Amino acid sequence: MNDNRIKARFLTTLESFSLDVDLDLPGEGVTAFFGPSGCGKTTLLRCIAGLYPASGNFIVNGDSWQDDSFSLATHKRSIGYVFQEAHLFPHLNVKKNLSYGLSRVKPNDRKVSLDDAIELLGIGHLLNRHTTEISGGERQRVAIAQALVMSPKILLMDEPLAALDLKRKKEILPYIERLSESLNLPILYVTHSADEVARLADHLVVMEEGKVLVSGPLSETLARLDLPIKFGEESAVVLKASIVEHDKQWHLVRAAFPGGNIWARNMGHDLNAPVRLRVLARDVSLALKKAEQSSIQNVFPAVVDEISDTEHLAIKVVRVLVGDTAILCRLTARSVANLDLKVGKKVWAQIKSVAIID
Amino acid sequence: MFNDANLAAIVLTLKLATVVTVLLLIIGTPLAWWLARTKSRLKGPVSALVAMPIVLPPTVIGFYLLLLMGPNGVVGQFTEAIGIGYLPFTFAGLVVASLLYSLPFVVQPLHNSFENIGERPLEMAAVLRAAPLDRFFTIVIPMAWPGYLTAMILGFAHTVGEFGVVLMIGGNIPGATQVISVQIYDHVEALDYASAHSLSGIMLAFSFIVLLLLYSVRPDRRSKS
Repeated sequence: MNDNRIKARFLTTLESFSLDVDLDLPGEGVTAFFGPSGCGKTTLLRCIAGLYPASGNFIVNGDSWQDDSFSLATHKRSIGYVFQEAHLFPHLNVKKNLSYGLSRVKPNDRKVSLDDAIELLGIGHLLNRHTTEISGGERQRVAIAQALVMSPKILLMDEPLAALDLKRKKEILPYIERLSESLNLPILYVTHSADEVARLADHLVVMEEGKVLVSGPLSETLARLDLPIKFGEESAVVLKASIVEHDKQWHLVRAAFPGGNIWARNMGHDLNAPVRLRVLARDVSLALKKAEQSSIQNVFPAVVDEISDTEHLAIKVVRVLVGDTAILCRLTARSVANLDLKVGKKVWAQIKSVAIID
Repeated sequence: MFNDANLAAIVLTLKLATVVTVLLLIIGTPLAWWLARTKSRLKGPVSALVAMPIVLPPTVIGFYLLLLMGPNGVVGQFTEAIGIGYLPFTFAGLVVASLLYSLPFVVQPLHNSFENIGERPLEMAAVLRAAPLDRFFTIVIPMAWPGYLTAMILGFAHTVGEFGVVLMIGGNIPGATQVISVQIYDHVEALDYASAHSLSGIMLAFSFIVLLLLYSVRPDRRSKS
């Protein structure tokens, strides 16, 4: 049993607090570790890699790397690790950087071929370049390929996009999105970007001062009201949906999610394609009556489920249920009072904007 | 101008410098690595000891070595007991003295370039399944090569240029311990300025070429990814 799980329990003292986590994570898909810088998420990744000495246990899909009686050295752990700054070995060219790790993997253990990794990350044209002759975004793609060819049991990514500008981020995100789908590989992804969480994560772990605040499936966890405080203005829910209709005239698509149908901009997805929809809490408003003549096209009957305070006294976050789907809205406390919003009250949720994120 | 004595001195000097440089790289690598990585309290005292020959008059080093390696010294009694005999006034004694004398000029460039590599490339290599020794030979040494080049040039050149230590430990035995610098001293004492000129000229040219090499290597040390 428990073969398809990742179990991580670590206890170690850091400078100003101690890292104390006990996690049971799905053994597949992307698990995002979210939290402010210095919350211990990078250290946790380093503990998992054996780069930071900590007492604890670590088991990935049935393989134990560390417990009370032993701890494998880093070079004996089947990991791929992508560091934040995308360092490559400066004395080797791109191709030799890629084959450095690969040549140290037993031929029988090689599941991801060099060619596949090169193809997946689109770096075929860079192979003979020196590491100083490629851009930051290219370097990060090479670093990801370098980690993939290790055919790891788990891929650890430490803010792989943080050092890049927006353009480079957009260049790399699709590659990372493809990884977890095309290679059956669990990814632990450290980030402090709510946007990356929404795009990539299947499972979300929120950390603060070395402790785990929450750990759970993305949609469920995002809709928890004890969390919007952490995400602030970026509070959002992510809905899993599929494209059911194209409106060619207005360049829109209709996407079906468990609570209904929602219109969004056509981003080129085919019919029936699975997509993620991100609905920011600040883009949702509530009304007691259905507005007949409004610019807002996505309006759903909903029931107030929970109301919570935020980081500012003037703002409250209200969770409503559209069918079974939870949606968050950020409202002023005055609106909450004026509309007399209470748990169980029927309202209309007006979604001003929704983004398809993959 | 190249009489047999001068030629013998040149050959001996090159032989000494080569042996000493090779030995220093072998000794200096682990020492510099330890200095670059350790958090031990011994780091300060060890660094100071290694650097001593830079500030000490060579005669002081030579004097103590002479005592240590002589019949009344601990080292001397040991070498005698194992059948090597006493080291002063032999080529081997010269090598030992030169090792100490030139040690800082090899250890310091290595120490610096090991430190410049930083932790990250080693962590990357570990993550890419390279064991510690593997990491050292495939990452540390290639990345530290400018440091090695500097260390080799300085170690070699400094050994060629020593005088005081040689005079104290080696004396002036042709073919065994009579190196160029001592030979020049001999020529001058004998008022043979022509011979002194030719050897001194060689040393002058040698020193300039060495320094030229050194400064043309240096800029590379700053190139990083």
